[in-house]
Amino acid sequence: MSKKQHYKITVNGKEEEFLAEPRELLIHTLRERLKITGPHIGCETSHCGACTVTVNGKSVKSCTVFVAQADGTEITTIEGIGSPDALHPLQEAFKEHHGLQCGFCTPGMIIRASKLLEEIPNPSEEEIRFGMAGNICRCTGYQNIVKSIQAAAAEMNSAKEAAE
Amino acid sequence: MKDEVESREDRVAGLKGMGCSRKRVEDARFTQGKGNYVDDLKLDGMLFGDFVRSPYAHARIVNIDTEAALRVPGVLAVLTAKDLEPLGLHWMPTLAGDKQMVLADGKVLFQGQEVAYVVAQDRYAAADGIEAVEVDYEGLPVLVNPFEALKSDVVLREDLLAEDGSIPDGAHGPRKHHNHIFTWEAGDKDPTLEVIDNADVVAEETMYYHRTHPCPLETCGCVASMDKVNGKLTLWGTFQAPHAIRTVVSLISGIEEHNIRVISPDIGGGFGNKVGAYPGYVCSVVASIVTGKPVKWIEDRMDNLMTTAFARDYHMTGRIAATKEGKITGVHCSVTADHGGFDACADPTKFPAGFMNICTGSYDIPTAYLEVDGVYTNKAPGGVSYRCSFRVTEAVYFIERMIEVLAIKLNMDAAELRRINFIKKEQFPYQAALGWEYDSGDYHTAWDKALKAVDYDGLRAEQAQRVEDFKAGKTRKLMGIGLTFFTEIVGAGPVKNCDILGLGMFDSCEIRIHPTGSAIARLGTISQGQGHATTFAQILASEIGLPADSITIEEGDTDTAPYGLGTYGSRSTPVAGAATAMAGRKIRAKAQMIAAYLLEVHDDDVEFDVDRFAVKGAPEKFKTMNEIAFAAYNQAIPGIEPGLEAVSYYDPPNMTYPFGAYVCVMDIDVDTGVPVIRRFYALDDCGTRINPMIIEGQVHGGLTEALAVALGQEIAYDDMGNVKTGTLMDFFLPTAWEVPNYETDHTVTPSPHHPIGAKGVGESPHVGGVPCFSNAVQDAFRPFGNTHTNMPHDHWRIWKTANELGLHG
Repeated sequence: MSKKQHYKITVNGKEEEFLAEPRELLIHTLRERLKITGPHIGCETSHCGACTVTVNGKSVKSCTVFVAQADGTEITTIEGIGSPDALHPLQEAFKEHHGLQCGFCTPGMIIRASKLLEEIPNPSEEEIRFGMAGNICRCTGYQNIVKSIQAAAAEMNSAKEAAE
Repeated sequence: MKDEVESREDRVAGLKGMGCSRKRVEDARFTQGKGNYVDDLKLDGMLFGDFVRSPYAHARIVNIDTEAALRVPGVLAVLTAKDLEPLGLHWMPTLAGDKQMVLADGKVLFQGQEVAYVVAQDRYAAADGIEAVEVDYEGLPVLVNPFEALKSDVVLREDLLAEDGSIPDGAHGPRKHHNHIFTWEAGDKDPTLEVIDNADVVAEETMYYHRTHPCPLETCGCVASMDKVNGKLTLWGTFQAPHAIRTVVSLISGIEEHNIRVISPDIGGGFGNKVGAYPGYVCSVVASIVTGKPVKWIEDRMDNLMTTAFARDYHMTGRIAATKEGKITGVHCSVTADHGGFDACADPTKFPAGFMNICTGSYDIPTAYLEVDGVYTNKAPGGVSYRCSFRVTEAVYFIERMIEVLAIKLNMDAAELRRINFIKKEQFPYQAALGWEYDSGDYHTAWDKALKAVDYDGLRAEQAQRVEDFKAGKTRKLMGIGLTFFTEIVGAGPVKNCDILGLGMFDSCEIRIHPTGSAIARLGTISQGQGHATTFAQILASEIGLPADSITIEEGDTDTAPYGLGTYGSRSTPVAGAATAMAGRKIRAKAQMIAAYLLEVHDDDVEFDVDRFAVKGAPEKFKTMNEIAFAAYNQAIPGIEPGLEAVSYYDPPNMTYPFGAYVCVMDIDVDTGVPVIRRFYALDDCGTRINPMIIEGQVHGGLTEALAVALGQEIAYDDMGNVKTGTLMDFFLPTAWEVPNYETDHTVTPSPHHPIGAKGVGESPHVGGVPCFSNAVQDAFRPFGNTHTNMPHDHWRIWKTANELGLHG
């Protein structure tokens, strides 16, 4: 046990201030302290990606980040990208194309895919498979996840074109 | 008339019943991060428990010093076997009739074994406490090889010896050595050996189906909460069989069963890992009783891979006899099964080697004999069915490899060899030599469809050209064509021969129709991603004529759901699905009487039509199920009780036998050992199809888990019993990058004994996929003299095979 420190992070637009041990892992800050339970713990070694969140605009595996490293950052989790009345196109697409089964990897998968589509708005199948390789799914075999991301990309691109 | 026909179609479509790709009702919460998994549960004052685990695979425990740990801030208690002994909970029964230490009682038998349980305010304090517990071990000789274990003087389980040192019978009969667990036989030994001795051709092979692990993305865990005021224990957990867990907890804790409520919330994948009872559950319950507070225990990934529920670990030797023309006349299968330190296999009681006696596969083999020896070693206990019915993956791998080996011996095409040995359509129901009665099948049709779809002859021609090119130095890549035709045995099972801990393997469904024509149905099963809330509502929609969207499906709460044996072994659709249909038919029977009363005709003069009962010959006179539901609650109908509810407990008359034909086309780089799957075609016949979208998803997922097992996934030990693959760095889970796109196809051969003809599909692709991927690797090297190499075919092993065959020049 070590001395508690003061930290401030912004999660899904909401500023949070608290005292915590520096060794606290960001995933536990989110899940235990802030009760944001969308991100999950699957491996604790950065391999599975169930804990993926966006930190300062980058996809990060929150199971291997200390809260001390996250001080002052802006974080987006699955809870921050859509609402029940206005789902993110990726949330719609995963439902539509059977891109999930047990749902445990899904929050990490979708939040990672949302970054991927910012990085590459119109990705090829190869780019999706490479860009999503940090997120493991044990149920779907990925085929419908790829399909879901392709569908969401098409939807987002046509919405963007319509807006322009 | 035309309008009426169309409107009937619309009515059928509006129900979203069986056969349509209804979108999943589960997905809204999962896509928004609002799933409710056990680790999401937060209760006031909840504590966290975690284990001190053994670094040794075999050691005597000299002393456990908990004093320093108890001084760690936030640590409340440290439990050891000595604390559990007065409660009789330091050991617990296993599903296989053995017993297992809850906490190390004087010794440890595998690396990672639970030694002490630290209860603390949070998981960090628990981890600090674990660091501070001092355990003195005295190392003992380690046995990780079952063949050596059977010859060794080292006794792993002194607790199973009689006082005079003799070896009493185990749960499955005589034991022939102190590290031997059981011998299990099926079929006729002497006639089989005679057939083999006198055969034209005999092919023989020894193969090791390596140890692996189901590794669902969510690990195992629970929250135990003892309410001392009301004397009621609530146990939330990742349980694939919540009702059986309630009974087990009651039997071992002495708490009356009505005072125990077990809840399986959303489960993040199971694949067999979450069937058994683990020390974490017992310790959490005890800790909650001791502290009066809720106690959570969640495995980390290393705990999960090292301790709960391995799969496979079968050393198999086969001999297969045939005529010169390739007609198989007999099979002999001999297995040495490594069960680890305790026999905790999850099989029906009478089947210590599961349904390994389905190892004659899809073939009409007149004589067969199977013998399995279970052995104790210094490895983790388990032996669960990883995405398969009990040991069916091992059985199918065995026969699908033996067929290939026989084809080599006969110098025959392996597709043709399968074809001439298939059980014929007219032979069903088919009595197999090892005891099972296959319900239905049309193997030739499925096989021909598959071979045509992939242009099998074209592939073989291409492969022959590739071999020429390779020999001429034009390419360094070989091509393998993997074939598999599998028959599964799922849906355990008839109560007459299938039970777990004495609990018959029926399943159940209870339906309540609400006055406004919506409904809730509860089942004894529990979804772990299969989409039960979607598909069971579809079965009901077709059976009772209310829209699937108006039917809530609930599972996993033992206080509300009817008793059932849970979800594993592809038993949900074959057993609980049947119960659902039968309960629906009871609803319909009562609805018929209500409709007849409302229409003022005799019961026999109305007939069910999609969503209503209509007067025979006068379809314009009808009552919809909505109207009938309301009437059930607001009218006094002579001779009929108010309300509209039904319950069915279904004891299946037989198992179901899904089958399929798979073809894998693989290119292998001889110099790097990297296999690239160019094409994978999967034809599945799971009988009646409830939701094609979900079936396809199950096939994709099962094939990917098969790819993992065949091409790299393994729980490996060194000679000291150290686990070499305890994290996802070493334990292979394929990513999107390694996984191909799959082509799916189907035929439909309904089960004749199932109320809706459905057979189950979740595990077929895993069962059929593993030999198919493996056969593709082996087939690539066949022209160079390869007969068999063991899985997992990772890059190193493939390279090694190429090297040993002299392909590196």
